[in-house]
Amino acid sequence: MRKYTYTEKKDTRSGFGAGLLEAAKRNDQVVALCADLIGSLKMNDFIKEFPERFFQIGIAEANMMGIAAGLTIGGKIPFTGTFANFSTGRVYDQIRQSIAYSGKNVKICASHAGLTLGEDGATHQILEDIGLMKMLPGMTVINPCDYNQTKAATIAIADYEGPVYLRFGRPVVPIFTPADQQFEIGKAWLINEGTDVSIFATGHLVWEAIIAGEKLAEQGISAEIINIHTIKPLDDAAVLASVAKTGCLVTAEEHNRLGGLGDSIAQLMAVNNPSPQEYVAVNDSFGESGTPEELMKKYGLDSDHIVSAAMRAIARKMPALKESF
Amino acid sequence: MQKQLKPKNPYKTAMKKDIQELEKIASQVRRDIVRMVHGCQSGHPGGSLGCADFLVALYFGIMKHDPDFNMDGVGEDLFFLSNGHISPVFYSVLAHSGYFEKSEMATFRKLGSRLQGHPTTHEHLPGVRIASGSLGQGLSVAIGAALAKKLNNDKSMVFTLHGDGELQEGQVWEAAMFAPHNRVDNLIATIDVNGQQIDGPTSAVLSLGDLHAKWEAFGWDVMEMPGNNMEGIVDTIEEAKRRSGNGKPIAILMHTNMGHGVDFMMGSHKWHGVAPNDAQLELALAQLEETLGDY
Repeated sequence: MRKYTYTEKKDTRSGFGAGLLEAAKRNDQVVALCADLIGSLKMNDFIKEFPERFFQIGIAEANMMGIAAGLTIGGKIPFTGTFANFSTGRVYDQIRQSIAYSGKNVKICASHAGLTLGEDGATHQILEDIGLMKMLPGMTVINPCDYNQTKAATIAIADYEGPVYLRFGRPVVPIFTPADQQFEIGKAWLINEGTDVSIFATGHLVWEAIIAGEKLAEQGISAEIINIHTIKPLDDAAVLASVAKTGCLVTAEEHNRLGGLGDSIAQLMAVNNPSPQEYVAVNDSFGESGTPEELMKKYGLDSDHIVSAAMRAIARKMPALKESF
Repeated sequence: MQKQLKPKNPYKTAMKKDIQELEKIASQVRRDIVRMVHGCQSGHPGGSLGCADFLVALYFGIMKHDPDFNMDGVGEDLFFLSNGHISPVFYSVLAHSGYFEKSEMATFRKLGSRLQGHPTTHEHLPGVRIASGSLGQGLSVAIGAALAKKLNNDKSMVFTLHGDGELQEGQVWEAAMFAPHNRVDNLIATIDVNGQQIDGPTSAVLSLGDLHAKWEAFGWDVMEMPGNNMEGIVDTIEEAKRRSGNGKPIAILMHTNMGHGVDFMMGSHKWHGVAPNDAQLELALAQLEETLGDY
């Protein structure tokens, strides 16, 4: 088992800001739009370097999505920036008609996703965005796990032709992926090999899954941990190959259990290889105010909950062992 | 202060011969509209007929455009139809411009057609640059395209068409606020003021108030245009083009009769989304000269 360590913590939104600047340096067609949240989206460096390629839209997210769609006509590659809630639910029909159905090359970049937005509370803590976006035909959905991966993903989507939803967050989290990584859309990333249970995690839950793997190892359980940074298109082959080996699985995400990563994987498994699966996700509720740590614990999204979910999954594939857990 | 409709044609420049040519095309487009809607027994004839003169003027008299279609349209004038339900008039004008075969109009709203009920890029119909139908989104898209032209140092123009009922959508006013603030002055947005929407007159459903004053207050250069007078349309839009590039986007309030050209469809919301039967089709076609050949 590979041991993961870190020397620094950073917010994934800062990875987006750094990636946007780098993507813009590499491709002069990259432009950015923001709905009055420049600081929150870490767009300052881009604006300083490329002021003529930045559009301040004001508090008008519907208009922002339409303008982004229009900018593609003429060859621009627009990156929109606002909170995840205002990037999806608020503008669903604009994305559906003007971007997804119209096949426009818009990158919808969404910060402050999930509970870890914290104290602002449930009005701003969207837990349904992955579901909303993955249901749109042709939409790619990406939820990277740390600063480096978010930066790499931001650079990668500029080179990809088609609409993308890129989801990231506000809290500082450990940086454990390489700074020089090549981000491959749709390619799951094996974090640790294992034989007893597969843990598929996305976003902030990937680090929690790593910690959970260490806790499970202390109990003699070998967990295979896979980072699903791209929820759509899902890396079907990687998921199926892992569960073929382990026989059971856990999915972990900072999202409603309805419609998220867990459901995508459950659908894949139901059709191909029905297997015991446990969800680590928000149980169909809204969030509330609190610190990110408090919220992740209360809503069952930390390493301890992944450990117990893994135990339940293993017990279900081996009924005789149920008693011992 | 409610501004009254201006005299028939305050911006006279168009050549009489050209105007007659455009009127002939418009008559054929109107025949296509009623035949398309009759052919599938669905669609929106009223607004399509009302806007036939405007679209003909744009595509055959004003816009610089290439029927050898290229999505980015660099160096071309672009048109965005925001009120996508008047797709029949859009399709007819595109077909007669040479974007696709006229015979394809027979497939309108039928299974497997590129001529969907509302325009879309999804089926790759040449001439369409954005899907529309869910109302209120076209002005934002057009602003984006106009900004791209500025970034590309492309001096051509962006034109749009919106329904008046469509102005009840909030996104229109987000876009209306954005364009003047950002000096999007390569944009000419036209509003089809026919005073009708599905459930009745706009004045009864949800009053639009003083549209001239509203657009002016948002910072637009506002003009009025008789929408069923070809000479008036051409002259007004040519004047609008002369006014462009001065820091302000231009809004044209275009006064039309819903159903214009077919007497029993005129001036009523009842033909907003209803297809004529066989007898009504004959009655309508008898009023519209076939000038370019039916599809």
